[in-house]
Amino acid sequence: MSALSRDDVAHLAGLARIDLSDVELDRMVGELGVILESVAKVQEVAAEDIEPMSHPLPLTNVTRPDVVRPSLGAEAALSGAPQQEQQRFSVPRILDED
Amino acid sequence: MNSDITRLSAAELAHALDSREVSSVEVVQAHLDRIATVDADVHAYLHVDGEGALAAAQAVDQRRASGEDLHVLAGVPIAVKDVMVTKGLPTTCGSKILKGWIPPYDATVVSRLKAAGMPILGKTNMDEFAMGSSTEHSAYGPTHNPWDLTRIPGGSGGGSSAVVAAYEAPWAIGTDTGGSIRQPASVTGTVGVKPTYGGVSRYGLVALASSLDQAGPCTRTVLDAALLHSVIGGYDPMDSTSINAPVPSVVEAARNADVKGLKVGVIKELGGEGYQAGVRARFDESVALLQEAGAEIVEVSCPSFDYALAAYYLILPSEASSNLAKFDAMRYGLRVLPEGIDDPSAEQVMAATRDAGFGDEVKRRIILGTYALSSGYYDAYYGQAQKVRRLIAGDFDRAFGQVDVLVSPTAPTTAFKLGDKLDDPMSMYLQDVATIPANLAGVPGMSLPSGLAEEDGLPTGIQILAPATKDERLYNVGAALEKMLVDKWGGSLLAKAPELTAKGA
Repeated sequence: MSALSRDDVAHLAGLARIDLSDVELDRMVGELGVILESVAKVQEVAAEDIEPMSHPLPLTNVTRPDVVRPSLGAEAALSGAPQQEQQRFSVPRILDED
Repeated sequence: MNSDITRLSAAELAHALDSREVSSVEVVQAHLDRIATVDADVHAYLHVDGEGALAAAQAVDQRRASGEDLHVLAGVPIAVKDVMVTKGLPTTCGSKILKGWIPPYDATVVSRLKAAGMPILGKTNMDEFAMGSSTEHSAYGPTHNPWDLTRIPGGSGGGSSAVVAAYEAPWAIGTDTGGSIRQPASVTGTVGVKPTYGGVSRYGLVALASSLDQAGPCTRTVLDAALLHSVIGGYDPMDSTSINAPVPSVVEAARNADVKGLKVGVIKELGGEGYQAGVRARFDESVALLQEAGAEIVEVSCPSFDYALAAYYLILPSEASSNLAKFDAMRYGLRVLPEGIDDPSAEQVMAATRDAGFGDEVKRRIILGTYALSSGYYDAYYGQAQKVRRLIAGDFDRAFGQVDVLVSPTAPTTAFKLGDKLDDPMSMYLQDVATIPANLAGVPGMSLPSGLAEEDGLPTGIQILAPATKDERLYNVGAALEKMLVDKWGGSLLAKAPELTAKGA
């Protein structure tokens, strides 16, 4: 496993929707390198036949009865919105112009 | 008794309230006065709700006066970590991205506190989104350790541990994803419990890593922790990972406090190299006390624990990168427009907002998690970490086949100086080396004070671990050990902490 390049980190930041500045990118490349080197220790474990564990509880398909129950009203749900209009969340444009 | 109110344990306060020696309003006011005196220095609260707490106290006093049957803890105030949503009270998770956000609903834990009649004093400081071991990653400035204001109070729940240690609240709610209740308890001379995963509802707990997060009590005594655990614990249909079973009989166990004939396993992999001498010495003493009290001590090996930290720092960032995707500048929280772009897209606004609103540690972990989950690297990182997690759970299973509880030091060191580890993320992560295995496996753990390290005079902690759903064993062993230690010290460990005075006084 080769170390992360500056371009790799910039690509990851894009995927994570974080607009990192050049200074932040420079610093993050070094820090992530150190951390990745350390966590790569998990690869020392020979684990061919081990079942991955995603969760401490052996639960599957937890459901509830399909009945209507009270929920937040529109006013409460919108109360933290940066911008709202006509009882809706108001958001920047979501499509490109062309 | 007004001047001493803040020194009482929650159990003592409950008794004094029940016998009408004090009113809840007096108790709340005494804590608000204490907060006004010391919190400028400690900075453990992000928000104090004096008005709301006094109103809740007054309501309880009236109900008591009218002869109503009240919850045994009615009128005892509490502080809540700022990662739990509280209707009408700001909830920031220590992040700029949620500055000023007022949730429209209560977390189940908060609903249960209110139902018991417990006034909420305020919200406590924390590392941003619970990522850290020192509270230095709070966007609102660090909390200071009441034992030495130049040192860290632990993290992420350093605000909750500090309010308890500084008598700014009788007790507090914390959350523990890799040690955020137990390590702060260890470095502040207080008690902290991470219950079995699923034992306390996560509904309304702003998620860091959903398969690891668990809320629990931060207190000054083991009995108080048991009392609080029994209020907040138990099945909640609003949390699909909630255990549908009665709360373990933790209060009974704390009162029983008898280790005779119990098998206690000392974890070989936790406590050697990398652990401060004073931490080790106090730990060995505690183990010797348990032996004197009739416990059988054996050494137990958990070889996969050597890989726990690495697995944790892949699993946690992976889950966090997914959980924190909801901070998109659209429905709540901050919205920042990118500079120099006319009519920016939603995506550009989201990226600008997340850059401005998240701190360095949060960005680091989101990007690390994005990497660990990305195609081509998934098997080598996240997938492999999940396999290690299975091995760690297996180590616990085998160990608990031989012993009733396991013990280790809680944290490898006492409280370090503010600023010491900020430039070295890996060395900060090592603070959690002994607490992380419990979160990965979902088993319950407690930290309680084991004494003061000789070299620096600062508190050390011992960790007790039990099998999943056997939380009562923590309280039985913890209370027995606490009693012997307090006898030996001639009072609580916190009584040895230096007196805090008003700023500049």
